[in-house]
Amino acid sequence: MKTALFASAAVIALAAFGTTAAFAQSRDTIQIAGSSTVLPFASIVAEEFGATFPEFKTPVVGSGGTGGGLKQFCSGVGESTIDIANASRAMKAGEREACVAAGVTDIREIQFGFDGIVFASAATGPDFALTPVQVFKAIAAKVPVDGELVDNPYVNWSDIDASLPAQPIQLAIPGSNHGTREVFQEKVVTAGAEEAGLPEGLSDEDKLAVETTFRQDVVVEIAGDYTETLARLTSNPNTVGVFGLSFYDQNKDTLKVATVDGVVPSLETVAAGEYPVSRPLFFYVKGQHIGTIPGLEEYVQFFLSDSISGNGGTLEAAGLIPQPSEKTAEVLAAFEAGAQ
Amino acid sequence: MTNISTPTGRQASIERTRRVRDGLRRRHLHEALFKGFGLAAIIAALGFVAILFTDVLIKGIPAFTQANLHLEATFDPAIIDVGPAPVRTAGQSDADFRAASLGWQRDVALLNWNKVVEASLRAAAPAGFEIDSRQILTVAETNARHVLREMFVNDPSLLGQTIKVDLLASANADNWVKGNIDRELGDAQQQLSAPARALIDIFEENGTISMGFAWSIFTNVDSRAAPASAGLAGAFMGSLFMMVIVILLAVPIGVASAIYLEEFAPKSRLTDLIEVNINNLAAVPSIVFGLLGAAVFINYFKLPLSAPLAGGLVLTLMTLPTIIIATRGALQGVSPALRQAALGMGASKTQMVFHHVLPVTFPSILTATIIGVAQALGETAPLLLIGMNAFVASIPATPLDQATALPVQIYLWQANENRNFFEARTSAAILVLLGFMILLNAIAILLRTRLERRA
Repeated sequence: MKTALFASAAVIALAAFGTTAAFAQSRDTIQIAGSSTVLPFASIVAEEFGATFPEFKTPVVGSGGTGGGLKQFCSGVGESTIDIANASRAMKAGEREACVAAGVTDIREIQFGFDGIVFASAATGPDFALTPVQVFKAIAAKVPVDGELVDNPYVNWSDIDASLPAQPIQLAIPGSNHGTREVFQEKVVTAGAEEAGLPEGLSDEDKLAVETTFRQDVVVEIAGDYTETLARLTSNPNTVGVFGLSFYDQNKDTLKVATVDGVVPSLETVAAGEYPVSRPLFFYVKGQHIGTIPGLEEYVQFFLSDSISGNGGTLEAAGLIPQPSEKTAEVLAAFEAGAQ
Repeated sequence: MTNISTPTGRQASIERTRRVRDGLRRRHLHEALFKGFGLAAIIAALGFVAILFTDVLIKGIPAFTQANLHLEATFDPAIIDVGPAPVRTAGQSDADFRAASLGWQRDVALLNWNKVVEASLRAAAPAGFEIDSRQILTVAETNARHVLREMFVNDPSLLGQTIKVDLLASANADNWVKGNIDRELGDAQQQLSAPARALIDIFEENGTISMGFAWSIFTNVDSRAAPASAGLAGAFMGSLFMMVIVILLAVPIGVASAIYLEEFAPKSRLTDLIEVNINNLAAVPSIVFGLLGAAVFINYFKLPLSAPLAGGLVLTLMTLPTIIIATRGALQGVSPALRQAALGMGASKTQMVFHHVLPVTFPSILTATIIGVAQALGETAPLLLIGMNAFVASIPATPLDQATALPVQIYLWQANENRNFFEARTSAAILVLLGFMILLNAIAILLRTRLERRA
């Protein structure tokens, strides 16, 4: 029994020692977190990076949403903080301030491509041909009718426009922790509200309230990822969900995509700028970690290389919409030039 | 006092018998009702478990077989256009040789290995079969080129040779072969192009594609670039490291605290307070331990993110109360006669505890430990907060390397966008985790019965 006691004491001591040893050991794996839209792309690049560069370890890619990732990114400089934050929108001024306040002064923005945001419904259901104004009318708590703001009276899609199916309005949209939500808000709802023509004489604040207050009874905000949105559609086939184009691409057998302003979302229409609801994708690199964390610079160069994020590259096959190669060259040059 | 022989007395006796009989009937009824409710509850519970298990089994079992491609790959010197592998020359320093060898490996990696894959697929296709490069490559998993490259790096003499290789068919091809995707759906709704689907059907017929046991689930790490090669090895090692840490830390600390509190600590307000707090801690939701772990281990002690060490420490904190409470319960259950006898024979308090009381409680402590560890093994929420839900594509070699855990891997796979493929993989991962749990519990029962027999 005594030996057992001594053994346990030794083990505890050893564990404590191991803990202190951790401080001394330097991290040799790139740590990434952030947007769940960028996650699949970043994971693929991480794997390919690990396979191509035998001298570097495979980077670790976490999720947590754009906001969560940037928060982690801005928590400071050092080995226990992440090196790269994936983002499906650009960093906000407030986030940049928080970053700088925590000592993260060298932030390098990398834009690497585009993603489309699509409306999709169950493959068995009717076709949808939507416009931003129709979506606004379906989703807003108050809508303008004859120049007056009234509580949203629409029950079926066909009440909004006779061309839409006679199906109850049900929407599953990304929660506010997702970067997708902001693009959806800006490019669809706000654009739709403007087109619908809000009554004259509304203050900016009231306008914003109309544009951002959604009907609680028919709109579900999904905090998780697209699989959760898909589960909504499966349980209630009347739901129209908001997805990333790449997710839709992988699940074409169960989803049917809606056109927006008559344009079918696809790699081609988004790249050509015809499809209205798209956004650039980013990741942010902590410049202060370059040189400390091995492979960080190479990872960025590898990510932006033609065979990965270029036309016909690995990421295009996974659903990324490549950006023009001039833009990539510009981004890479800015990255290599150092702190902006 | 009434006499039974008098008429009134007899009447009273009949009345009493009737009352007793009524009471008895009521009690029997209550008993039958209670038994009925109990049985119904058990049947309902088992029914739900059965539904869950059948669902997981039906979905998960197909994932244990996988479509494999049997091809002949030619390491064509026209495609593999690199210099010979560097050979160590006399007097070359370690660093120089390493640099030269890494440089060569990178040159090899930058070659277009997809051409080798494509050529071997075309060689297996019927002559004149029309399919473009991009379409034919969707038949094999994207890691095929890395597999071939590694074969070449390990054995550069393969250059110019043609050898038989077994490669994984792509996840979409696997779905098609297994019929996970409705074959009647039109081209627009299919993941694979029409020529690729036709080619897979031909391959299946001529034996180029065959189903085999999916070893990749056990031997490979997670993969997004090549879903068909995604496996649990990394998550398994992560879980294993965490369990070892939990056992090494939670058991000695928990048992020691329980012994002190139960046998040595004076009964005072303070020990009462401690006891109440330990009981409360056992009921604290695990996510709270995760927050604590993130604040203390990651932010303050600067432990690496996503490391099994941090995860193990968080799970240790979570498991401690369970072990302390169970050990105290076991110690309380030991008969006072045993203690008194030991003390009466002149044993010190420490001797009494360690020589006589503790050995009797071993079976219960062991059970509590295994239950605690099993609980920790299945825990997901606290791990999400210390970054263990990241995508990790390497097997952790030490508890300080980044890793995921089995339950987290289940969580990650169920959210994967390639749902047709990962739905089955998720269920398969659940089966592996359950198997692991059953194994643990079986060990617990085995050890307990053996120890009980000895005690």
